[in-house]
Amino acid sequence: MNNLIRLVEGEVAVVGDDPWQLAREPAEVDDEGPLILPLPLWRARQAAAVFSGAQPSRDGVLLQPDDEPEALIPWLGVLPLIAIDFPSFRDGRGYSQAYLLRSRLGWRRELRAVGDVLRDQLAHMRQCGFDAFAVRADKSVEDALKGLAGMSVLYGRSAIEPRPLFRRRE
Amino acid sequence: MYHYDDYDRALVRERVDQFRDQVRRRMAGELSEEEFLPLRLQNGLYLQKHAYMLRVAIPYGTLSARQMRTLARIAKGYDRGYGHFTTRQNIQFNWVELARVPDILALLAEVDMHAIQTSGNCVRNITTEAFAGVAADELLDPRPLAEILRQWSTVNPEFLYLPRKFKIALCSAEEDRAAVMMHDIGLYLYRDEAGEMLLRVMVGGGLGRTPILGQQIREALPWRHLLSYVEAILRVYNRHGRRDNKYKARIKILVRALGIEAFAAEVEREWQHIKDGPAELTDAEFARVARSFAPPAYAALAETDLAHGTRLAREPDFARWVARNVKAHKVPGYASVVLSTKPGLAAPPGDLTDAQMEAVADWAERFGFGEIRIAHEQNLVLPDVRRQDLHALWSEACALGLGTPNAGLLTDIIACPGGDFCALANAKSIPIAQAIQQRFLDLDYLHDLGEVSLNISGCINACGHHHIGNIGILGVDKNGSEWYQVTLGGAQGKASALGKVIGPSFAAEQVPQVIERIVDTFVAHREGDENFVDTFNRIGLEPFKGRVYSAPETAP
Repeated sequence: MNNLIRLVEGEVAVVGDDPWQLAREPAEVDDEGPLILPLPLWRARQAAAVFSGAQPSRDGVLLQPDDEPEALIPWLGVLPLIAIDFPSFRDGRGYSQAYLLRSRLGWRRELRAVGDVLRDQLAHMRQCGFDAFAVRADKSVEDALKGLAGMSVLYGRSAIEPRPLFRRRE
Repeated sequence: MYHYDDYDRALVRERVDQFRDQVRRRMAGELSEEEFLPLRLQNGLYLQKHAYMLRVAIPYGTLSARQMRTLARIAKGYDRGYGHFTTRQNIQFNWVELARVPDILALLAEVDMHAIQTSGNCVRNITTEAFAGVAADELLDPRPLAEILRQWSTVNPEFLYLPRKFKIALCSAEEDRAAVMMHDIGLYLYRDEAGEMLLRVMVGGGLGRTPILGQQIREALPWRHLLSYVEAILRVYNRHGRRDNKYKARIKILVRALGIEAFAAEVEREWQHIKDGPAELTDAEFARVARSFAPPAYAALAETDLAHGTRLAREPDFARWVARNVKAHKVPGYASVVLSTKPGLAAPPGDLTDAQMEAVADWAERFGFGEIRIAHEQNLVLPDVRRQDLHALWSEACALGLGTPNAGLLTDIIACPGGDFCALANAKSIPIAQAIQQRFLDLDYLHDLGEVSLNISGCINACGHHHIGNIGILGVDKNGSEWYQVTLGGAQGKASALGKVIGPSFAAEQVPQVIERIVDTFVAHREGDENFVDTFNRIGLEPFKGRVYSAPETAP
């Protein structure tokens, strides 16, 4: 059970049967799948047809804070899912990675926050383009849901609202 | 000042509700202290030595009389009857209870105030100078762009968990009174020959453990690109700033590691992607915000006032106050007044009681247009006082301990709260400030010395900006006891400089005598009416050092 919240076309759902397994280290990789893997491990598992773009990958990629989202450009067409890792909720690099994937690199499939994912940051993550949230295992996913909406006013802009408030103000 | 609309009000109110719930969850044990910490910091709440401290935002140092009365009410009802104005133009309440903080924030929201992002690793209060809009040497009013930046940086979801705090200051006058060069981003606003508003962008300044002055990253940036350019800098910093060591996490360290050219190239690359997008500012938005800062209805007054002139001639105490604490105004017959919060023993620098706050609010309405400014020197400013009212204001200010004629003088000491309150401090600041003030009670002598800035920080985090004081005092810990390191030659403004360490540090009781010897050295070498820092720049550190360490220090 991945403690997962997913947004589908604006609808929020708690996902009880999420199949994805997260593996940060090679030892955690087994043949059950589908897996979410750091880019080097992901590459090691792909068939030639995935590299050539002829076939979609079964596995998703895990982007860690030091990784450049631009490194995923060659694989965006074959990836089913990208997860961004928050080793600590206070490490804000994942917000910029998400913004870039959504706003600049054209990523439209699932963008999942994993790691230290907590209720009080969910709204910021959503605004930066995440549409799936694997809430930390010891936390209640129902409680975390309350953090998703956040506040009604956003002065600046974000991945889901590219126009700053001054262009929306009436 | 800026007038909130429904959007601004909704954001502040929702934020109060959100934090009320977070406090409740913390007290119920649903949130751990680790999880709560950044949430409370981003709502201005620190845990100090003795109690929680709440830092309330005063955007670019501007307050209305009504807002000041709310601060007085909070000081009286939720603190111990006073508040402390800071070097970042905010106010701190030192004795608040966690459970009551949401109620304080709700009171603030009623008068369009908040404590959002006054702490934490995010964009902090945007600052500018206390005389914005009224200074005689002003090129352009910096407040509309400061407000636009404030809004854009408030709860901007991408930039709430930066590697470290991030401070932005804006200035647009001949003289830089906003300490722009010591900010993470410093902005000088000016017009070109065609009348276009442009920005000179400085980056990577900051004090603290590694004091560095900002470097120019861009000249002549059209104002419409302000938000996109700041966004580009923040995105580069958020992605690449160090996070392994909090002492190396400020943007200044990244700029220094890459070099300004490489850093600028990185920002330029990022900026090219976003510069012509929806973040580009519009004339309509500038006009909307600028309307709030339209000049008040000034009366047509003569530049000279006979009665005022007579009083100056007859009352030397009043004349002394006018000479130091009254500043030139761009409108004839008006002046700006500095109310000194540095009376000496009566109160620590920056502290005001609730009764004083009430009085300042009344004066702002009676003698001005209901507006008050907070200077980064921790003094209060009434920006629009009729010259003919100066004497009445002065009399009342003196009666309430706010009439000390020392703006810009040696006893106008900038000091952090120090070891009396702060959990980070190595040493106390306030008793040192007061001991120095006691040494220089002779007002004639003080005025003869001219402008000298003296800054005290209780630790290396440099909240008292000791690096840019002409005389800087830094509290250090030596084997568990409190010592003080002295620097000389620091300066703020366009000629910013970092002070040089004079030598080994001193015990607390030696400090007043050390300052006296430094001042004696200045007097001995001074040419004409030279300011302290000019004498220092001419003769260097050695004469001061020689005098200060010449004989064994005796107890004062």
